[in-house]
Amino acid sequence: MKQAITYLLASILWATPLLAKAALNIEITGGVEGALPIAVVPFDTSKLSNKLPVDLAEIVASDLNRSGVLNSMNRSELPANPHYSNQVKYQRWRSAGQDYLVVGRVLEKSPGVYNIEFQLLDVLKQKQLLGRSMPAKTRNLRSRAHQISDFIYEQITGTRGAFNTRIAYVRAQKNAGRKYVLQVADTDGFNAQNVLESDEPIMSPSWSPDGKSLAYVSFESKRPEIFIQHLATARRSKVAGFRGLNSAPSWSPDGKFLALVLSKDGSPDIYTLNTATKRLKRLTKHRSIDTEPVWTSNGRAIIFTSDRAGSPQLYQVNANGGKPKRLTFEGRYNTAASMSPDGKFIAMVHGDRGQYKIAQYERETRNLTVLTDSSLDESPSFSPNGKMLLYASTRGKDGFLFAVSIDGRAKHKLSDQAGDIREPVWGPFESK
Amino acid sequence: MTISNLVKPWMMAGLLAVFVASCASTQEEFIVEEDGAPVDGQAQTGSIDDGSSSGADATGLTDGDSGDGTSMGAPMNALETLEQTDGTMSVRIVYFEFDSAKLTSESIEILETHGNFVAANGEVTVRLEGHADERGSREYNIALGDRRAQSVRRVLLFQGASTDQVETVSYGEEQPAVTDHTEEAWSLNRRVELIYTVN
Repeated sequence: MKQAITYLLASILWATPLLAKAALNIEITGGVEGALPIAVVPFDTSKLSNKLPVDLAEIVASDLNRSGVLNSMNRSELPANPHYSNQVKYQRWRSAGQDYLVVGRVLEKSPGVYNIEFQLLDVLKQKQLLGRSMPAKTRNLRSRAHQISDFIYEQITGTRGAFNTRIAYVRAQKNAGRKYVLQVADTDGFNAQNVLESDEPIMSPSWSPDGKSLAYVSFESKRPEIFIQHLATARRSKVAGFRGLNSAPSWSPDGKFLALVLSKDGSPDIYTLNTATKRLKRLTKHRSIDTEPVWTSNGRAIIFTSDRAGSPQLYQVNANGGKPKRLTFEGRYNTAASMSPDGKFIAMVHGDRGQYKIAQYERETRNLTVLTDSSLDESPSFSPNGKMLLYASTRGKDGFLFAVSIDGRAKHKLSDQAGDIREPVWGPFESK
Repeated sequence: MTISNLVKPWMMAGLLAVFVASCASTQEEFIVEEDGAPVDGQAQTGSIDDGSSSGADATGLTDGDSGDGTSMGAPMNALETLEQTDGTMSVRIVYFEFDSAKLTSESIEILETHGNFVAANGEVTVRLEGHADERGSREYNIALGDRRAQSVRRVLLFQGASTDQVETVSYGEEQPAVTDHTEEAWSLNRRVELIYTVN
């Protein structure tokens, strides 16, 4: 009965268009030197019958700022207010030190049904780089703004933007309601929605490659069990509830398999589960701890943590089984691998003299680079374009999320007043 | 060898036995302990007490319905044992070094007592909850907590507890006993807790 209530709550939340309320606060904590200056002018909404509930230009400016590649001009300093390219006096923007300019307007087809137009202009060359028109409704205005950010980012950098994506994470609440909540939110912290609430721990969320489902571990039966939950309908099924551990689910890139950890046959080992047939295949058979499996981006191998050599290190094994090969040799503690989408890098938790930092391992050169300078970091997760890393860190008494660009330059912090947040996972590109 | 030679020693032993028995019946009564050392009639509790039941007095033990009337007094039932606030059975947590599931010899001794208790009381089940400190990754810590719980489970089973009496669960770093970020807090979080149920 309790489970039925949980489902219902989740499905009501998904069906109702939410007011844009930030659940996570964002604070930029890392510098933007060397970032390209861009001015995003407020979009023209003068022709609308009602005030637009969302400030599109503000969302775009914030998104671009968080990338560390672009630096949006303060709105108060904008020298002019053009909405169309033929209204732009380029000299003015060059004097203001801007390389790029974004102008836009929102037109109404009928109440709540819009058309958004925007143009990205090159200030120095004095010409349009990109112009788009997109339909929108009240409920997807924020998403459209993130898509505009993605278009602009890709046009300037050549890399696909990841602003119109979502993150999942677990919040441990101290005071109100259930103790643990699994949530999904936009990358700017807005539109946080509950996937599962429980008085017992929730862990290890993992996105399906199509972004429509989450696998996770729930202790709601007082033991760890793995579930797969379809986000839109809140329908879920238990896929592993064996004796002992059921943990660390990780979806294969083709969506057909879940790698997971079971200890039913002795000690924690890596298995793969065919999600359609429910057939289990055992990949490791060792009395050591084998855990935290992640698939390589081509789906042919699995990287995992094992302490078979005495302390936890990262290993690689063929997805069909075979002898695991050790990858990490620097430091006594290397765990929690996250694969970059291009397959070139592995992010991990690297323990060095009692401090636990996020590090990046380049597979080809075997070079290890430490990316953070804090001491209780965990759960690194790559953005789907491979340009940013999301991770959790304890500062003082509480847990926060941080995002850092992989060159280490840009950094921002996501916090939640309602409690500790941990175990972030960055979702895939939206398929549409 | 004549028959008379064989018979004689047996007859002597028999006579001796009769003699001893008749002697005993005419002398003051002894309460005889298993090892044969006679004990004064007042001292029952002293002889039974092996340290694990300190504080329980003779009248309490022999009163009521526990009696099959043995001269040593009735044993405590499972609930009473579990309700003790001192002694080995009252210790319900064992601790571990960083990144280790190895039991200290003190822990093993404590757990052997627990194992014997579980083995002797079929209606008792115990849930072993394994934990880790917060450092490092969560899933590795779940596996570490599981391994610690398995270490404890092995000791209990070795003492005779049956597999369906012992359940193990790991909470990893998810349920710390102490939430500070200090060495002391961490040492108190690296633990296995024994949670008993009498069915």
